[in-house]
Amino acid sequence: MSDSASPSGNATRDAKRVGGWTGAARRYAVRTLPPEKLLPDTQPAYMASWIYVFGVLTVSSLIVAVATGCVLALEGPGWWHASSVGKYVNSLHLWSVELFMFFMVIHLWGKFFMAAWRGRRAMTWMTGAVCFLASVGTAFTGYLVQQNFDSQWISGQAKDGLNAVGIGAWFNVLDFGQMLMWHIVLLPLVLGLLTAWHVLLVRRRGIVPPIDALAPEPDEQSAATAVQP
Amino acid sequence: MAVEMAYSELAAPVDLNHPGHYVHWGVVQISVANLVVIGLMVLVFVAAVLLPFPKGRGRR
Repeated sequence: MSDSASPSGNATRDAKRVGGWTGAARRYAVRTLPPEKLLPDTQPAYMASWIYVFGVLTVSSLIVAVATGCVLALEGPGWWHASSVGKYVNSLHLWSVELFMFFMVIHLWGKFFMAAWRGRRAMTWMTGAVCFLASVGTAFTGYLVQQNFDSQWISGQAKDGLNAVGIGAWFNVLDFGQMLMWHIVLLPLVLGLLTAWHVLLVRRRGIVPPIDALAPEPDEQSAATAVQP
Repeated sequence: MAVEMAYSELAAPVDLNHPGHYVHWGVVQISVANLVVIGLMVLVFVAAVLLPFPKGRGRR
């Protein structure tokens, strides 16, 4: 007789079903991302290097870019082009993006030379790479919606390139409304979701050790439930 | 006049109202501004790898 057909097996199966889909989702979330991994007390000693700082610098710059973008959306181009406060917030939006790309490229170099896809971290690497591509698209559409001669010139140049690869009729850089929606709705949504996924994967798998270092053993809190390789 | 002087004092160290300077190297063409940013990224990357990190608590 199998275990699932026995009275104790039925009781175990019933216990697993408690709470319906919300209970199942909670159990999955806690199993996948236990609190001690989500918000750890300690980090491995090899994290004491400046090269591990650039991921959080990238996320910090992204938060400033999104926050200033929300203020720009509230007030509109008449404000960010004409008033002194508007110009200041517009500059904060630009320079936070400059720093975001700057830090993200150094983060990318650091993780590439560390072969950060090791130790079941392939999805962490891939979500980061797609984040980079989404960021390029978000920055590009941002340049197109400045509503000045600069954006007009950039879109005029870009249309030839995009027409040459055959997507100009669908992704029309001269269509201001379409570019604005890509910049403030679609691409930030994709970038936000991918960034959240990327950070959760970093928490789940842990930061990648340097190539000649050993990852630490699970600490006392998680040792009881850790699966030995 | 006073407004113009205030503007000139507050002007960016690089004049952005004129065409930028470009470097031509065979088929490669890149603006000096972008080249400076790439150089700064390389410098910061090397510094991040070489400079010691301050000691802290709570690591294992």
